[in-house]
Amino acid sequence: MKKSVFLGALTVAGLAAGMSAAATLDDVKARGTLNCGVTTGLVGFAAPDASGEWEGFDVGVCRAVAAAVLGDSNAVEFVPTTGKTRFTALASGEIDMLARNTTWTFSRDVDLKFEFVGVNYYDGQGFMAPKELGVSSAKDLDGATVCIQTGTTTELNLADFFRANNISYEPVPIETNAEAQQQYLAGACDVFTTDASGLAATRATFENPGDHVLLPEIVSKEPLGPLVRHGDNEWGDIVRWTLNALITAEELGVTSANIGELSAGTNNPEVNRLLGTEGELGGMLGLDAAWAKNAIMAGGNYGEIFEKNIGENTPIGLARGLNAMWTEGGLIYSPPFR
Amino acid sequence: MTILTDPPKESFRLSMLLNDTRYRSLTFQVIAAIALAFSILYLANNLARNLADQGLSISFAFLGAPAGYDINQRLIEYTSQSTNLRAAFVGILNTLLVAFLACVTATIFGVLAGVLRLSKNWLVAKIMAFYVEIFRNIPVLIWIIIIFTIMTAVLPGPRAFRGDDATASMFLGVSAFTNRGIYIPGPYFTRGFGAAELGAVWDWVLVLGLLVASFFGARAVNARATRIQEATGIRPATLTTNLAIWFGPLIVVALALGLTFEIPELKGFNFKGGIKVGGPLIAIWFALSIYTGAFIAENVRAGILAVSKGQTEAAAALGIRPGRIMSLVILPQALRVIIPPLISNYLNITKNSSLAILVGYADVTATLGGITLNQTGRAIECVLLLMLFYLVISLLISGIINIYNNSVKLKER
Amino acid sequence: MSDTHSQSVAFVRTEDVPPAPPPANATGPVKWIKDNLFATPANSVLTVIALLVIYMVLSGTLPWVFNGIWDSPSLAVCREMLNGESGACFAVLTERWNQLLFGFKYPSDLYWRPALAFALLFVAAAPVLFFDLPRKILIFTGLYPFIAYYLIWGGSIFTPLLALAGFVAGGYVYQRFVKGSFAVGFFGAIAAAVLVWTIGGFIIPSSEITEGAMQSVQSRDLGGFMLNMMLGVTCVSLSLPIGIALALGRQSSMPIIKYICVVFIEFIRGVPLITLLFVASVMLSYFFPPEATVDLFLRVVIMITIFSAAYIAEVVRGGLAALPKGQYEAADSLGLDYTQAMRLIILPQALKISIPGIVNVSVGLFKDTTLVSVISMFDMVGMIRGPILASTEWNGVYWELFAFAALLFFIVCYGISQYSQWLERRLATDHK
Repeated sequence: MKKSVFLGALTVAGLAAGMSAAATLDDVKARGTLNCGVTTGLVGFAAPDASGEWEGFDVGVCRAVAAAVLGDSNAVEFVPTTGKTRFTALASGEIDMLARNTTWTFSRDVDLKFEFVGVNYYDGQGFMAPKELGVSSAKDLDGATVCIQTGTTTELNLADFFRANNISYEPVPIETNAEAQQQYLAGACDVFTTDASGLAATRATFENPGDHVLLPEIVSKEPLGPLVRHGDNEWGDIVRWTLNALITAEELGVTSANIGELSAGTNNPEVNRLLGTEGELGGMLGLDAAWAKNAIMAGGNYGEIFEKNIGENTPIGLARGLNAMWTEGGLIYSPPFR
Repeated sequence: MTILTDPPKESFRLSMLLNDTRYRSLTFQVIAAIALAFSILYLANNLARNLADQGLSISFAFLGAPAGYDINQRLIEYTSQSTNLRAAFVGILNTLLVAFLACVTATIFGVLAGVLRLSKNWLVAKIMAFYVEIFRNIPVLIWIIIIFTIMTAVLPGPRAFRGDDATASMFLGVSAFTNRGIYIPGPYFTRGFGAAELGAVWDWVLVLGLLVASFFGARAVNARATRIQEATGIRPATLTTNLAIWFGPLIVVALALGLTFEIPELKGFNFKGGIKVGGPLIAIWFALSIYTGAFIAENVRAGILAVSKGQTEAAAALGIRPGRIMSLVILPQALRVIIPPLISNYLNITKNSSLAILVGYADVTATLGGITLNQTGRAIECVLLLMLFYLVISLLISGIINIYNNSVKLKER
Repeated sequence: MSDTHSQSVAFVRTEDVPPAPPPANATGPVKWIKDNLFATPANSVLTVIALLVIYMVLSGTLPWVFNGIWDSPSLAVCREMLNGESGACFAVLTERWNQLLFGFKYPSDLYWRPALAFALLFVAAAPVLFFDLPRKILIFTGLYPFIAYYLIWGGSIFTPLLALAGFVAGGYVYQRFVKGSFAVGFFGAIAAAVLVWTIGGFIIPSSEITEGAMQSVQSRDLGGFMLNMMLGVTCVSLSLPIGIALALGRQSSMPIIKYICVVFIEFIRGVPLITLLFVASVMLSYFFPPEATVDLFLRVVIMITIFSAAYIAEVVRGGLAALPKGQYEAADSLGLDYTQAMRLIILPQALKISIPGIVNVSVGLFKDTTLVSVISMFDMVGMIRGPILASTEWNGVYWELFAFAALLFFIVCYGISQYSQWLERRLATDHK
């Protein structure tokens, strides 16, 4: 952990920040802030609002981790990353964790040496088309021009889908969502494809959202989740179990509203273990006993974060669908706190 | 051993390394070499440690793996099953294509604007000055985005051509200008050497051969005219002969092979048939040409102004006609000033074409440095290859500049 | 002629005929129009075409501009207010001007700090740009980097003071020893500065200031046009000395040094800036020691600086090559050594010749700072393409935002190029 002193002086100035050694937890604690990589702007998942505060579903995860580790949900530095820069930023230690709607794939996990700690959103790639086009299925899209937002697994899924169905298409890869959307609205492409959640979010910002339909085909599995570097399992555990705490909290009915009351002690031993009134779970992670309580208080449990940022009452209006609790037919499931 | 009265012998002292000019430069160079070696070693060591920490390695094996994505514009055969290397080649060809096209049109824009800016017409001169200033002083990135946005917003989508209440119609019934690209009639031969892929190629080889033959034919005619002129002082008219040489054989072949044009037609989602020039290509092509055109205009203007007025006057005093003064006296001298910055502008076009990702054009930065990098995560390898490619292109173009500079250098005696 | 009328009154005017006014078509605006717009048929055609173009452009843009809405909370409301008519939604500028200028993370109650730094920039740049001003102001120019750093990043005042102290110590050592030998002075200065920084690094308190007027601002919180200005100013000023050194190295007679410089310059000039920015964003962190990561702003500054240094080196090399050989020989014959000859004779003249070129490179570089938006930094263009266009309120506003960005860049770049032309006239010592 030796740094040259001049670099040290720069650190003071905030020019050089952060260190990446094995113990990310120590670094985060020493720094007092969590560096969390997010997108450069996708409404609902991570985007700065008018006053410059980051908000969104992925941002909620970052804040929960910061609250669990540091006890302060505002102790997060959000580092905007593009599809290109995100992996380097994480690998080089510029960020401690990446919560940037990143698909969990084999090669990213194994070849690029990252560790996906869980899934916070089950997504799939879909298509949006104008109603007047009269397309009811993605299989009718032979010869269509397709706008893609680059930087995710989108291009590959699209190529696979059209190849499997033996139909042709013309891809128009666009850097940012806003530009892809402009192309789509101007008719420069027939359909716009990206993750279904992104499509819904994009459609919500249109002048006339009703003029556009989401096609029924979901052509890929896109489990999106936070990831950390390989090799620092303690830190990986913290992020993983913070996410699990949010999920378990929803399952057990622990919300930001009733958490104060519940943390005084309940008859449910699992709630007690979660909130640190029973057992030593926080200590095992190297955190204090109230870690999960802090994480949940940061923005509520998984369901609350979902509803607040992308749920049906927001402009984005996503239904829970696959992301419902396992008890309600969804896939969101957390291992037990024991 | 040395005796004081001896002439000072060439004995080497350490301080001579610094104080003796014979050795000093050697010392500095050794220091520089060592410093360089150490910094390279330091960086390489850091790299190795960083990679080892994360269990990564540098490997170019990904180039052989299937790319998995499609590219909308390809000059060579490519499918999503082709390798990343091939995707990179598709990108390289696309970069070269747009760079070449933009160099040609930027030169046209630039020469036009540069000459018109010197026009006696006040209004035209002012408009050209405005054009030059506004394009030179606003970043090319902003221009690319603005031009792409204008193109998308102003040109109609193919949907506007459809139906009874179509809001757009085809230009002269044969070409369509849409925001996905421009569709123009494509020539093909009905009685060519065969309908097969290879047969069509031979047709075009024949046409190309004819053009080359015409070129040499026309040159021979002109050379003969010059000979006659030098011998007799009268230049025979060559215009009709030249026109006949250029167009006669072409027309004959076109008729013989049955030249026909395929008219683009709206089928399904898009226009089909004919030749398509993609929207992203047009956007980046136009943006680069009009931006660099402003710089070239300044070069041209400076080149023309650099030829001193005495040259024109001297030529006039010799009785040379005004048109010939331009071509024989002014231009050759102006070109000496214009061409070196012109070629470095070509270099800039090539480098600025890396901004094509902004408009979705699949150049090498978008394929190798974009999607391949994103999908494989091999950042170091991709960026290194990308830089290597641009370096090679730039060195080639710089080589051309140097050869030209040497050939037109004022021969001083 | 008969003499019959010889005695008659001769008609001899005693006063001058008042000069008749020139014919109406040879004077005033009519003549001007005839000469300048309709001199020849071809010229007339050009004029008509030009008028048509102007009319088309203005008829499209003027209603749009004058019909603009300056006050509305979102694009939807704005479109409603326009009611289908053509008009701009400049409201996005009034709503988000602060984000466009300062980025979205810079604390809004601290905007005065970068604004003050910007204003002081003019004071600091003035003596460099205009030679007639009192030379005393140069002291302020020397202090300016530290003041600007303190104003923009805030935090502990000791950091810039320490950096300044290092430079002062270095300067003092240099002054002291340069008389003896340039090398001793130069390397002594570096050693002194490093010594001061090292010692100071242990002494100064390393706490950040989290509130108050001078609270610390993280460099990733910088953004907007401010970021473009900062990158432009910092990188140009840093690259000047490096560029001069590279140019001298390239002219050097020592082959190793010469080839290091040639390879470096040609390599950097051969690749687009965007690939260098990719290096900064995805590669450079692997080349720093694993323990310390250097943040993106600094990495980008490094890459842009070496980029512009290579270009400035070529401009300076042009200046060096343009000097008559007699100047070099004269310096040698006076018995000056290399550093003296360079410092006292060659560089002052060569730099003077190179100034217009350097200004051109600087303008180009300033424009190129917009490329950082491609690597997820929120400069002016990055703010537009990222947070503003992605927001639900302003999704779909393109023209107004890009026109504003274009206007700001135009003002700055046009200003600099006008200055450069003035300077060229001023420095033109040859007689025409």
